[in-house]
Amino acid sequence: MSHATPDPNDEHGSVYDGLLAHDAPGDTSQWAFGTDFEDPLAGVDTTVPADLDPAELAAYCLALGDDALVLSHRLSEWCSNAPDLEEDIALSNIALDLLGQARLLLARAAAADPAVVPVLPEGSPVPVEDALAFFREAMDFRNVRLVEVANGDFAQTIARLLLFATVRLAAFERLAGHSDPVLAAIAAKGVKELTYHRDYAGRWFLTLARGTEESRRRLLAGLATIWLLYDELRTAYDAGPDVDVVLDQVLAVSGVERPEVAPMAGRGHTEALSRMLAEMQVVARAHPRGLW
Amino acid sequence: MNHPTKPRERSASRGILALSQGPRKSVKTALSARSIAAEVRDPEMPMLTLEDLGVLRDVRQSGRDVVVTITPTYSGCPAMATMRDDLVHRLGDAGYAARVEIALSPAWSTDWITERGREALRAHGVSAPGPAPRSGGPIPLTLMPTARAVTCPQCGSQRTELTSEYGATACKALYRCTDCLEPFEHVKEI
Repeated sequence: MSHATPDPNDEHGSVYDGLLAHDAPGDTSQWAFGTDFEDPLAGVDTTVPADLDPAELAAYCLALGDDALVLSHRLSEWCSNAPDLEEDIALSNIALDLLGQARLLLARAAAADPAVVPVLPEGSPVPVEDALAFFREAMDFRNVRLVEVANGDFAQTIARLLLFATVRLAAFERLAGHSDPVLAAIAAKGVKELTYHRDYAGRWFLTLARGTEESRRRLLAGLATIWLLYDELRTAYDAGPDVDVVLDQVLAVSGVERPEVAPMAGRGHTEALSRMLAEMQVVARAHPRGLW
Repeated sequence: MNHPTKPRERSASRGILALSQGPRKSVKTALSARSIAAEVRDPEMPMLTLEDLGVLRDVRQSGRDVVVTITPTYSGCPAMATMRDDLVHRLGDAGYAARVEIALSPAWSTDWITERGREALRAHGVSAPGPAPRSGGPIPLTLMPTARAVTCPQCGSQRTELTSEYGATACKALYRCTDCLEPFEHVKEI
């Protein structure tokens, strides 16, 4: 017999009550580092349609998921560090949306092709999407470099978010019609979130460009820095002219030219990803059986 | 990350889980389980039941076994675990063995918040959402503050200004009334 979870509307209740009241007999502790304790695709039919290759679908979902996961972590680094409280909250909310997209996409990849999930010791409490997030090495991440480099200042963060949200939103609008119904559903949901992200970044881009001499100087410098990695982002998302239309609109009203910088050479990852992952993964790796 | 597959046409009939009400013979008992599930409250906006929020998509019952289907408001909604636990416990207390499943499609919309839910929001000082934007063709960029007719839930003034599109939860924007000067939250349209 379970005991009732306190009503959160009641003065004695809180949002954490659900985490404390477990009715299974014996040990009811849970994996300590995840965002949730159940399969985010519980009850969802994850059968891969016959016309799709499961390994290719998994690789594609991993790439989309890793982009969201890595940029989410970068944005979350602004938490308590943003220029003011509203932007602190906004960047954290955007990070949360991307973390949710990452979780669904990594879970979808694992369901499509379980071979992508790192093998953990028997009896490990780590769910598959967390195994992918916390127990892969940098070289196994499939994200583009644009999301992994350090934040820079607020202006550079805004420039990156504008490029990323513009390209990803256009791609997700297409992916909402993907023949995998799970990916299509994740994309359709993501479209609503990315629309707010793009508008947020676009407004700040315009504000900084038309603000003070210093804000404009910082924005132009940040844009030039991140532009080195824009080509790779475009290619990864198969970006078309619809992306250019939106971006040129923002640049035009902001009085900003496209930077004339050659794309950064090479592929794979920068050193920044290893450093970021070291911080992101260290606690989970130190306590792979962590329960609470 | 090139497309391994070709997108196909949108299909209105495609949904991951159907919204069936279960077999007719179990309607009477299903209503009972459903009424319990419908009264569970959102942990972050406890003035709303899950039904009023529009996240309760289905309750299927077979004997004492109940499967409740909910849908996330936002992809990263951190309240899902609590909703799931609360559903399992409330139904468990009523003698049901409940399991909670997720429906990702169709994606949640603020249009699903019931009229009773909207009144509850207003009564608690939160501005209710207007109609969600309809998507047809490419989504337009909005560089000016989102145009909404928002009424101050404190004093009823329509002279309000947007402070931020993001608030204390993923689903709310921050506003300020320029008459009574009180800040308030607005559930933003998606």
